Amino acid sequence: MSDAIITVENLGKCYRLQHQQERQRYVALRDVITSKVKGLFGNRQPAIDNRQSEEDFWALKDVSFEIKQGAVVGIIGRNGAGKSTLLKILSRITEPTKGRITLRGRVASLLEVGTGFHPELTGRENIFLNGAILGMSRAEVRSKFDEIVAFAEVEKFLDTPVKRYSSGMYVRLAFGVAAHLEPEILIVDEVLAVGDAEFQRKCLGKMHDISKGGRTVLFVSHNMAAMKSLTTQGIVLNNGCVVFSGSSETAIEYYTQLSMRPESRQPLKSWGRGTHTAIRAVRLLDASDRPTALYQPGRHLKLEIVFETDGTSGLSFEIFLLDAANVKVGLASLHQFHGRTLPTRPGAYTCCFNLNPLWLASGAYSMNVMTSVVNSSLDHYVESACEFEVVLSNPNGHSWDFKQSYGYGPLALLNDGDISFTPFSPSLTGANAN
Amino acid sequence: MNAPRPELIIEAGRAEQQYWRDLWHFRELFYILAWRDIVVRYKQTVIGVAWAVIRPFLTIVVFTLVFNRVAKLEAPGDIPYALFVSAAIIPWQFFAAAFSEASGSLLSNSGLISKVYFPRLIIPAGSVITSLVDFALTLAMLAVLMLWYGFAPDWRILLLPLFILQAFAAALGAGLFLCALNVKYRDFRYVVPFIVQFGLYVSPVGFGSERVPQYLRWLYDLNPMVGVIEGFRWACLKGASPLEARTLGSSLTVTIALCAFGIWYFRKTEKTFADVI
Repeated sequence: MSDAIITVENLGKCYRLQHQQERQRYVALRDVITSKVKGLFGNRQPAIDNRQSEEDFWALKDVSFEIKQGAVVGIIGRNGAGKSTLLKILSRITEPTKGRITLRGRVASLLEVGTGFHPELTGRENIFLNGAILGMSRAEVRSKFDEIVAFAEVEKFLDTPVKRYSSGMYVRLAFGVAAHLEPEILIVDEVLAVGDAEFQRKCLGKMHDISKGGRTVLFVSHNMAAMKSLTTQGIVLNNGCVVFSGSSETAIEYYTQLSMRPESRQPLKSWGRGTHTAIRAVRLLDASDRPTALYQPGRHLKLEIVFETDGTSGLSFEIFLLDAANVKVGLASLHQFHGRTLPTRPGAYTCCFNLNPLWLASGAYSMNVMTSVVNSSLDHYVESACEFEVVLSNPNGHSWDFKQSYGYGPLALLNDGDISFTPFSPSLTGANAN
Repeated sequence: MNAPRPELIIEAGRAEQQYWRDLWHFRELFYILAWRDIVVRYKQTVIGVAWAVIRPFLTIVVFTLVFNRVAKLEAPGDIPYALFVSAAIIPWQFFAAAFSEASGSLLSNSGLISKVYFPRLIIPAGSVITSLVDFALTLAMLAVLMLWYGFAPDWRILLLPLFILQAFAAALGAGLFLCALNVKYRDFRYVVPFIVQFGLYVSPVGFGSERVPQYLRWLYDLNPMVGVIEGFRWACLKGASPLEARTLGSSLTVTIALCAFGIWYFRKTEKTFADVI
């Protein structure tokens, strides 16, 4: 027998899609009755409605992999790649359409923190309830009870209904219960996407402990920093297929490459034109000058701008950097910062801007690009001319991912060189004396 | 090195084979969900659990006033009419509550169903069990009423648990069927209150079965609650209200069939719950 704890063979899951916008999620009885009656009399067509508006959608196709005992595996993929479906099948919430999975151990899944919390029950009662839902026995919960309470820091509120908890307390309690599960196989989905930065760090620490304890962990997250520091293996899913399986470092790199696919960018867009100029294309380039949709913070930010000009003198262009909330956070200017203007011979040009390295927080960004008549008026203004994303922002290789969504702003302010501490002595502060 | 690890295989259609074992395995979840429903039921109410008794009590008062005082219906023998009605309202209200709770139970736990695996049967079965708690309280109320009227039941009361079991099976069967339908077709949300209301008229709550015309009797006897209610009256009221073998046989058969069908249909549709709920 192999030492694989999870074996997945040719797994497939098919959903039936209905292409009707106004359709509600559940089926109306009337439709089924109509089709059943039709089936009774007409040419024996299958009872399920077979109109053209339905289509089979394979959320997972032919997925096969093996996971060894004690491995911590990250499952990476874009939204809709099939990650959640895979986890749902592994945790037996839904059945596969074909293929088989062999699990050699007790499985506990954590697809959402606080599943089954009841708002009317007290913290104490909810610990037992949630524990049972996650598969712990009462004796197990009792033996971990103090640890859970200490982890969640809710000692004072144990006998308060959780509906009166702050959202932070709620999440801490929920994660606390989940983190103290002790199955052989733990399945975790996106649970780290909650709580403040401090709490996320605590969760990551706990996840570290869990993975060191020799348990097999399957982990889905968009937090690449957490992925990098926690997992040893990675599986990349794309459109329902496994496209890569190997070490987590390589998997993350593969995923990054996958997201960079240039085909999603149209080369030339019709953005209209100004009086003298027209901006034709704005592209972000990677280190080897290929178009990309991802920016790696700490590297030069290379932009390629294609424009046409009628040769008027005294033209400049400006680039605004906007964060995910569409707030302008930076400006680049050809004339104001560099004293240059656009060429005075009419024609189409490409200009390459190589901006100094920035430590941008992870999240989505966009750029507005405009041409202007220097000190007078704007000429051609294109909003969201270029959009890109920062997947992971961890200055100096720390495991914490600095995200835009924390609300700490989009820029990491970093110290240059060593950080030194010298003893403070009042007599030496000459500046104040004079 | 360790004890042999449990091996679990997930395949299309595989869930069938492990189902009953799983149900046993998840019994602790079953207790705790039932406990949750009981604890939560009367939270933030002033008189709390007294509601379980007040509602049937008021219904009994109203029925006695309307049917006995106004419509001049009489109970057979020398049984006080209030007792005659109570012995019917109590099982009926248990059935109505258990059935409605079970039918809506999957929808009110949809968060759980789409996030965690467990045999789904736990949820509707738990709601029926929860309703048993209220039922026990109303039975105590019936005992108090009997004391009040100075009425002592005879040996027949010992057979009462059998009729409770039948009511339980009927509520479970109908509840399982309706809650499975409810997941996919929300139409049944509107059907359930109607069934409960309609059922009250076709069950012998305010009247005795002997008032039903003979030519309709076979149809009337198909109602599982007819057997339960007549059985309750027979067991509680010293057999003053006769229990006909034909009635009991036919309603018992329907109950068993309903229960089996409910479980079968529930099991058949269960694996798609997480996808369609």
